[in-house]
Amino acid sequence: MAVTTQTPPGPTLFQRLQSSRSIILLLLLMWVPLTLYVMFGDYLPRDGQDLVLLPAIPATLLLYCVAVYSWRESPIAVIGVTLVFFWLLVAVTAPFLPIVDPNKPIAPFTLPGVEKRDHLFLLGADFKGRDLLSRALWGCQRVLVWGVTATLVAYVVGSFLGLVAGYLGGWWDQVISFLSNVLLSFPVMVLFILILNYLGPSGFNIIIAVTFASAPAIMRIVRGLTLDTKTRDYIFAAQTRGEHPLWIMIVELLPNARGPIIVDACLRLGYTTVAITTLTFLGLGLQPPDPDWGLMIKEAAQVAMLWKFSYMLLIPALSVSSLILGFNLMADGLREMSLRD
Amino acid sequence: MTTAVPASPDDSAAAAASANATPVLECRNLSISYYTRAGEIPAVVDFNMRLMPGEAQGIVGESGCGKSTVALAIMNYMGQNGAIVGGEILFQGRDMTTMSQEELRQLRGSQIAMVYQEPMASLNPSMKVGEQLIEVPIYHENASLEEATARAETMLANVRLPDPGRIMGAYPHQISGGQQQRVVIAMALLSNPKLLLLDEPTTALDVTVEAGIVDLIREIAQAYGTSMIYISHNLGLILETCDRITVMYSGEAVEFGDIRTVFNNMRHPYTRGLFNSIPLPTANKSSRPLVPIRGQLPLPHLRPRGCNFGPRCDYYDETRCNAGPIPMYDVKADTNQKVRCVRFDEIDWAAAVPKPDEREKVQPGDVVLRVDDMTKHYEIEGAGLLVSGAKKTIKANQSLSFNAREAETVAIVGESGCGKSTFAKVLMGLETATAGNVQLGNVELADLPVETRDESTISKLQMVFQNPFDTLNPSHTVGSQIARVIRKFGVERDQEKVDARVMDLLDTVKLPRDFAKRRPRQLSGGQKQRVGIARAFAGDPNVVIADEPVSALDVSVQAAVTGLLMDIQRENRTTLLFISHDLSVVRYLADRIVVMYLGLIMEQGTTDDIFAPPYHPYTEALLSAVPIADTNVKKRKVVLKGEIPSAANPPKGCPFSTRCPYVMPGLCDVEMPPLKPFGARGHQILCHLDDAELTGMEPVIALPTSGEAAE
Repeated sequence: MAVTTQTPPGPTLFQRLQSSRSIILLLLLMWVPLTLYVMFGDYLPRDGQDLVLLPAIPATLLLYCVAVYSWRESPIAVIGVTLVFFWLLVAVTAPFLPIVDPNKPIAPFTLPGVEKRDHLFLLGADFKGRDLLSRALWGCQRVLVWGVTATLVAYVVGSFLGLVAGYLGGWWDQVISFLSNVLLSFPVMVLFILILNYLGPSGFNIIIAVTFASAPAIMRIVRGLTLDTKTRDYIFAAQTRGEHPLWIMIVELLPNARGPIIVDACLRLGYTTVAITTLTFLGLGLQPPDPDWGLMIKEAAQVAMLWKFSYMLLIPALSVSSLILGFNLMADGLREMSLRD
Repeated sequence: MTTAVPASPDDSAAAAASANATPVLECRNLSISYYTRAGEIPAVVDFNMRLMPGEAQGIVGESGCGKSTVALAIMNYMGQNGAIVGGEILFQGRDMTTMSQEELRQLRGSQIAMVYQEPMASLNPSMKVGEQLIEVPIYHENASLEEATARAETMLANVRLPDPGRIMGAYPHQISGGQQQRVVIAMALLSNPKLLLLDEPTTALDVTVEAGIVDLIREIAQAYGTSMIYISHNLGLILETCDRITVMYSGEAVEFGDIRTVFNNMRHPYTRGLFNSIPLPTANKSSRPLVPIRGQLPLPHLRPRGCNFGPRCDYYDETRCNAGPIPMYDVKADTNQKVRCVRFDEIDWAAAVPKPDEREKVQPGDVVLRVDDMTKHYEIEGAGLLVSGAKKTIKANQSLSFNAREAETVAIVGESGCGKSTFAKVLMGLETATAGNVQLGNVELADLPVETRDESTISKLQMVFQNPFDTLNPSHTVGSQIARVIRKFGVERDQEKVDARVMDLLDTVKLPRDFAKRRPRQLSGGQKQRVGIARAFAGDPNVVIADEPVSALDVSVQAAVTGLLMDIQRENRTTLLFISHDLSVVRYLADRIVVMYLGLIMEQGTTDDIFAPPYHPYTEALLSAVPIADTNVKKRKVVLKGEIPSAANPPKGCPFSTRCPYVMPGLCDVEMPPLKPFGARGHQILCHLDDAELTGMEPVIALPTSGEAAE
């Protein structure tokens, strides 16, 4: 039978966008093209390469509107979201912006605001003569994509281990907790350097390294939440219904742990961004010549000893800070909102 | 019969002097609001109260009616977003709303003391009980350490705690819940307060322990002459402890008066509704069924115009009840009864009692569930620091045997630690039995964990849970959670048919169909519990275990949920295993009762057999412990001493021997008692007492004979 009687006035388009399903769709629409472009750009046809990013632009703008609207109660979260989405928007529109090729040497050591060889260097040029504005804008792509992907993978692994350890308990818990204690006892940087030295520097190996470093902490959070939730009657009801443990973990337990996980994820995105930038700075991360904030800092490190050229260091450093600040403010705002009511 | 019988000599003195003495506490037109983002929310409006020295007043009402807010306002402790917006609170003639923080701090804890619901939350877990107690005289009266210690120990003895010296040196977690609450009461009394506020002081405790605390509170009132305000949702407790009562509803006092006047001649439709919805001994499934109050408590910012109870009232008058704010009217000139109702003198109060249920009584069918000698032991490792200690056995269930028939309600009654939850777990297959048999139809369940049961067996046995806030997963919609059960048990597979069945079930539990799309947080406690019932009945079960399904709900909602459960049971001829600690609910709905204590069945039989002698001594105490909100019922008082022993370390012999008033040393505490059958209907008692002594017991609850019934 159909429920046709008196449907209340349908939700507006905007309210419909706020449903979790459309948010996931928008996120995918933004993220998949960007990841494709950054990670697998070399395999895409040369001419159509940039077109991949086209659907991501409206998706990013819509997501920003939805985020600002639903978090409007917390000014902190709105500022954070604005910072993050500024860089996201730059990432998806970079090929279409009226800026020069970030890898093209024009005039070395040009100071900010100076015009040389028919090109105005708003933020100056680096020691090879590449436009710093262009490099800073392009640089966010790699940091964002690799940083978010690495955090995401760490979360998938960490949450799953946490669910298993918390829900199944006993022997599973002992093994997983012991391994995570071992990993947690290494200083993070030592762990990164060990793994990347062994596997060789590349984006995918950064993901592995970040997973090893972050998953134990994530596992502990999820395990704690699971231990609390699994004593609830609805879990008991699912068990007495004969549900498979995997179903209970993913459908009944995981959604109830999402609040703290999201807040922690925002913070951890910041850590990961710092880690990736640091690794690139150390020469263990993403490889030249494509722009990347960590790489820019590394390249500028020698020259920027001179006060006159410190802008080469400041521009990428400020870019990194603004993104991390965005993530942290977002986390603060979300936590503040979850504490209210 | 208009004048109240004074409960104590102090009270009669107070009543005589009431004309000229200063009241201990007086609230005049008190209004309290909370400020939230949604704006000002009036929590309590126009509240009046006059508490004389030595008097005990009760405030009764359902959750959200503002009774705790009143208590917090008296302490002047409402947090940052609460404020007194009108009226005044006079403590011994001084207006508390104008006092400074420092003056208030002097009053709190010394002149006014408060006892809260959760004893563990009132005590500091990192300090010894003694240290917390001696702080009170030292801080408030600058007493010396020795004097304070001596006074603390005396006070602990006064609140009937055995071995005060040991308790002084113990941490709060090392003593039981009942003992903790006694410590909190002792702490409140140490400074010899003029006013004692008790906010649901026994709600977190077991019934037999509660009876002891209630006894203590009554004694204190007499011995110390302390004025008391007793806040509770339980009318029976108020009757046992208080002289006067204020009934609150949705932020307003709706009725006030002497306790007997209000209980016998209530004049507000809400008070009448409350009494109609609680299972008094006079209530009966067929001749005098419970009547729930329809509708729900309005949210504080959505209260109707005029009478707040209007939308739920059977006597609602469109023109008069919603005209404007209703004042408190005096019912009669010669009593102090007041009521907030414009129609109180027009309503035919004699006709306001429930009408009999004309439906035919359900006849039980064949035996569906057969429990035979079921035993469940847990092995735990002793707490050794480095090497694991000796293995210990917890006997959670010991040779349980009983049968349940089709369409029959079997109640399992017992306090915490009696093993009823373990029994439910074995039935549901989350644990397997150590020995014995459990047969559902032809299927042997005792050693069949839920993973190995087939779908039809699982769907035949379902459960309704206790805590409405825990029973539904907050992340999924109501509809999807019911649909999952339907699909899982293969009742329907087709999406449309599943949806149709979800709608049917929502109709059955009397919830609107659009609730299917809602999330649990948008539902009230009673509504969630209905969804829980719908979920349990989704797979057409033969046996439903209801684990205290109504104990967490408000009384008016309780009646609705029990009524619903019984209607569905009647229709489907389901066997209901009703687990509860509340004998009054059990008496109302069960056909047969199983009384458990520390893993053993102490007594079982039909409801009539259990409520009439011969009693097991434990049943006798349990019956006596249940507070009854009926002034005509006479109750014999049996108050147990001590606490329920730990299941890890039960007494040798009869588990009840440590608290039994009939204990025969040398026999009861050494040897397991025999099971004695009485009568032909399967009444069994596990006791050493001889038959003559058991049958010679007097009834605990004496119902009024029809002639002298109410009014």
